[in-house]
Amino acid sequence: MDVIHISSEPLDTQTVLNLVQSDACGAVDIFIGTVRNQTKGKAVVRLEFEAYEPMALKEMAKIAEQARTQWPIDKIAIHHRTGILHHGEIAVIIAVSTPHRRASFEACQFAIDSLKESVPIWKKEIFEDGEVWVAAHP
Amino acid sequence: MKITLLAFGITKDILGGRQLSYELPESATVGTLLQDLGQKYPQLEDLASLKVAVNNEYAGAEVPIRPTDEVVLIPPVSGG
Repeated sequence: MDVIHISSEPLDTQTVLNLVQSDACGAVDIFIGTVRNQTKGKAVVRLEFEAYEPMALKEMAKIAEQARTQWPIDKIAIHHRTGILHHGEIAVIIAVSTPHRRASFEACQFAIDSLKESVPIWKKEIFEDGEVWVAAHP
Repeated sequence: MKITLLAFGITKDILGGRQLSYELPESATVGTLLQDLGQKYPQLEDLASLKVAVNNEYAGAEVPIRPTDEVVLIPPVSGG
């Protein structure tokens, strides 16, 4: 399994943790992004994610590289799901191992914040009475 | 020249498909493509942002487009 990965199959937390396991590190931080059952009080039936995969993988790899320039990272893994997801399912997992805890927290937060800004992946929320591409309009 | 344009997210809905053949002048750039698209598909102007990727990299308005390039419309991303 690659450290940078996009899949229409369910993501596995333990797999991602295993990818960043390091005997040299005293800290592993993991971010798990899951599907909520509502947006602004409105029930969400499901989400649909699509990715422009070759570029998304490239941008995810860039984020990992940028994080490495800022924190003493031993290993970093970023996995993102595509396709149809229902509430409770995992959309993204990011894990980082570093010698000490502070760097793992900071690097993991940087990675998810950056992913939301630059990685070409799109999410559509489907409600009982319609659907909307998230963030498309101001 | 004819280019192949890929559209994702809401731009796929606005353009009516994932992939379309698009006619541009020979000296076209990302900027002229966006201008042309905005006139043909006014709904694109309502988006919070619209970027273009050429060959898997975000491309500024000045970047030239050649017929063999992979040109992709990138509406506001919303992964995570």
